[in-house]
Amino acid sequence: MTGMRLPSGGNCLDRSRPLQFTLDSQRMAAFAGDTAASALIANGVSVVGRSFKLHRPRGIFAAGTEEPNALLTLREGGRQEPNVKATEVEVFDGLVARSQNRWPSLGLDVMAATGLAAPFFSAGFYYKTFMGPSQKAWMFYERIIRRAAGLGAATLQPDPDRYEHAWCFTDVLVVGSGPAGLASALTMARNGVQVTLVEQEPVPGGHLLQEPGLVDGIPAAEWAGQAVTELESLGVRIMPRTTAWGYYDGNVISAVERVSDHLAEPLPHQPRQRHWTIRADRVVLATGAFERPIAFAGNDLPGVMLAGAAERYLARHAVVPGQNIALFTCNDMAYGAAFALHDVGIRIAAIIDPRDTVGDDVATGVADRGLDLRLQQAVVAAHGRKRIGSIQTAPFDIARGALPGGERIAVDSLLVSGGFNPVIHLASQAGGPAVFDRALQSFVPGEAREAWMATGAATGQLTLAGALGDGARTGAEIATALGHRTVATAVPSVTGDRGPGAMPGIFEIRDKQKKYGKAFVDFQHDVTVDDIRLANREGFRSVEHLKRYTTLGMATDQGKTSNIVGLALMADARGISIPDAGTTRYRPPYTPVSIGALAGPEVGAALRPRRLTPMHDWHVAQGAEMMQAGLWFRPRYYPDGAEPLEAGYVRELSMVRGGVGMVDVSTLGKIDVQGPDATAFLERVYANGFAKLPVGRARYGLMLREDGFLFDDGTTWRLSETRYLMTTTTANAGPVMQHLEFLLAAHWPDLRVKLTSVTEQWAALAIAGPKSRDVLRRVIDDIDFDNTAFPFMGVRSGTLNGVDVLLARLSFSGEMAYEVYCGAHSGAAVWSALMQAGEQIGIIAYGMEALGALRIEKGHVAGRELNGRTTAADVGLGRMVSARKTFIGSTLAQRAYLQQPDREQLVGLSSVSGTRISPSSHLIDADAGDARSIGHVTAMTYSPELGTYVALGLLEGGMAHLGKRLTATDPVRGNTVEVEVTDPCFIDPDGSRMHG
Amino acid sequence: MIIDCPVCGPRHLTEFSYGGEASRTPVGIAQTDQQAWEGYVFARNNPRGLHDEHWQHSGGCRSWLHVRRDVTNHRIHSVRLMGPFAARHAGHTSP
Repeated sequence: MTGMRLPSGGNCLDRSRPLQFTLDSQRMAAFAGDTAASALIANGVSVVGRSFKLHRPRGIFAAGTEEPNALLTLREGGRQEPNVKATEVEVFDGLVARSQNRWPSLGLDVMAATGLAAPFFSAGFYYKTFMGPSQKAWMFYERIIRRAAGLGAATLQPDPDRYEHAWCFTDVLVVGSGPAGLASALTMARNGVQVTLVEQEPVPGGHLLQEPGLVDGIPAAEWAGQAVTELESLGVRIMPRTTAWGYYDGNVISAVERVSDHLAEPLPHQPRQRHWTIRADRVVLATGAFERPIAFAGNDLPGVMLAGAAERYLARHAVVPGQNIALFTCNDMAYGAAFALHDVGIRIAAIIDPRDTVGDDVATGVADRGLDLRLQQAVVAAHGRKRIGSIQTAPFDIARGALPGGERIAVDSLLVSGGFNPVIHLASQAGGPAVFDRALQSFVPGEAREAWMATGAATGQLTLAGALGDGARTGAEIATALGHRTVATAVPSVTGDRGPGAMPGIFEIRDKQKKYGKAFVDFQHDVTVDDIRLANREGFRSVEHLKRYTTLGMATDQGKTSNIVGLALMADARGISIPDAGTTRYRPPYTPVSIGALAGPEVGAALRPRRLTPMHDWHVAQGAEMMQAGLWFRPRYYPDGAEPLEAGYVRELSMVRGGVGMVDVSTLGKIDVQGPDATAFLERVYANGFAKLPVGRARYGLMLREDGFLFDDGTTWRLSETRYLMTTTTANAGPVMQHLEFLLAAHWPDLRVKLTSVTEQWAALAIAGPKSRDVLRRVIDDIDFDNTAFPFMGVRSGTLNGVDVLLARLSFSGEMAYEVYCGAHSGAAVWSALMQAGEQIGIIAYGMEALGALRIEKGHVAGRELNGRTTAADVGLGRMVSARKTFIGSTLAQRAYLQQPDREQLVGLSSVSGTRISPSSHLIDADAGDARSIGHVTAMTYSPELGTYVALGLLEGGMAHLGKRLTATDPVRGNTVEVEVTDPCFIDPDGSRMHG
Repeated sequence: MIIDCPVCGPRHLTEFSYGGEASRTPVGIAQTDQQAWEGYVFARNNPRGLHDEHWQHSGGCRSWLHVRRDVTNHRIHSVRLMGPFAARHAGHTSP
């Protein structure tokens, strides 16, 4: 027999709304309010999945977030989501669910044959068996093993849903809406405290929804409903379907709100999930407790279930797991499940309790119902194939364990309760130690290291009255601490409460003769009691080793039902106490968090900010192929029709060298340096001299790091006695600004200098080529462009079509060239005006590739050479470094090893045969018979003027190899070329073009 | 983590950039002794407990700050403004 639905009852069920869903294409009936787990039980489904390693049939074991077995893959297409706990899935009409890790079907699983070989599948099995002396064996077997062992598969399609990030600031955050959570929230809210309450389930109430007792004279579930109504009226924000999954420093809690997971798809304008970062003055951890299983042979069979879960399914969903049920418990709480099931007409075959005695209330309850209670007995084995069919009992003695004897009892379900483990995950994440509680035989939160208080079952207060009272006290304490006047708040009264009675630490019923099968500790990772003892024998005894060797607690459920049992068994094997065996610290997340929720809206185009120059629209309109340089979008080249990249940039380069071209350089970093000490400041931050730079001139500056290596380069223009415009490379705009600000704050607070980043305030373009001056003369009439009036490195201001422009005669290309700066808002207009003015003389726009090619031909350094490992001398700029002053980097640049002649230094490289040099080549001196890399290519281009490919490279010994032939090889791309070492400046070495 | 910027007030960590350990005294620009510079550039304290460090309010006023933080629990003990206006914004020290 299997589970079924009762004709009435179920306080979370709406029977007026029947729903249908499918499991592996089989139609299942449900009602609104069902979880997939409750509905599957109601439909008589026993086997819901196959286990990870041994492919054993597994059913539904728990009712909440601790479920280890019943994992499903939900939905299809882009919304397909694997490894979702059936106990957490709210059924909606049309839901498509599939079971996992079975082939070809749940009922007939071919891989279950691994179960026959199960004796071999012990801890460390894969590594011991398949990792031979060489890695090869493992490389071969791993693929097969990974296919055989596994969970569900994620979809490869894009996620169609939206995710949000939100922030919440609150005086008090209450985590959990069970009796303690509600009582604390009520007390605080009634005293004027601002409270936010998160509850991971769709309905607040927690254990109140299954308690048999009365609270303030009404059924507990009803009281929960009233409490929620009052909290709402007091302005408490109640967030259902919200899991607090991480506790971080400064009382910051991360939570995920599953806004739309209970719907087929999100409503319009709604995200699927919302990730909350909650900052709270105080946190109340009312997180409850998990029921603890007991390990015995066959304890993983479908039909074996936690007692509290059965009670919950009955109370919330009117579902029973079977019709002939036994209870195996070592506490009084679990009797409630047997009583409730008996009271709705289900046969209770037997109650097996290893203890000597039970509480009076329980004894009365058993007698009143005429139940078959067997004290000092234990369940040593559950039998069955795809579902439990019977149990084997044995006489039991706390000291000696299971004894010979006992009998076999036919059942279709077995409820198990080994005690309760407080949910201490968040407290542990917050740095609180776990303290062993003897009465519970489990851990409770220790001293708080952040501003939290744990309350209720999370601290071991298992009774309803205890949890309500503890919650109310906690609330009052926090209200007082926050300075609210506390009025007397009545603790709700409870009638018909139950207590746990004595709870001896019974974690395993050991089958010493090994007559029966495997006894499981971690269901999801198939870790057995024998695996834990094996780990002990093989020396993996510390909790951290035990965990990694057996994978105990490392599955998606993170050991919520298994950690304490595993720990207890290891302590027992070592002959030490549980607290001496220790516990691991819990880490976020408490339950799995979707990557989408973490990413939030920052996906696709919104992943990073997009920085666009003022001329961006023009580039796009001209059909430029855009590329990303950091956050910036820049034109790579402007293809002529279907022109490929290389043809395109070579054409652009030739047009610049032979005529005139324009490139957008708005991305250069720009810093406005002002103040009476501006000159002194530049003297200290640049390696070359700036003291004698006259107003109206620019100078190329070399900036070193404090350790003497090259940092950045750029031109700095003197605009007045006390004002400079400094430019940096695009990539270092931010770092240079930060570096300079630090120097002013930490080193020279006495310098009267103010820095302002003006990168985005200026639009900038470079106009280069022998005809560049002609173009400028056509549109700017208030600047004298004569070679002597406006010499190389001169800076002039003027107007262009009424727009103020600032010009500097600089050249990165080696041609006669000017940089034209104007206010960002005028950038597009100035650019267009110049393009128009140059139309008759054949002006073109050129992109990043041609810009790079022009500088390579000139041997100018850029990011690939300023790689953080080169000095000024390494890139041939040693003579620029001033010996007449001290500056940032001057002292450490003189370190002896930076002067060694065999350092990698800048050279030019020319392809001997004219074939292409791979830009990722290493340099090898093949003639010397040396296969060692003695350098590498940093950048390469085709040079139409030289008729061959040329490159820049960093080579050990640098220019000492001038004229030598080396091999440039890129084995990854299969490109090997003979190159000749040349001067890095390939074109116009005396600079007559740019000075001309 | 929240840093109480002496200029802007308490702001979230994401507005700040870390600037390294801060117990070293900057070397004077005229100093030419290599060992003095090496000590400043390369030597770092790595205490378990109170740690002096530089932060820049890069997403705010861009001030450089001297922060004393307990690295075992991220509690911030003091925040001091650096630079010419250090005296005007004394910052504060929490117990």
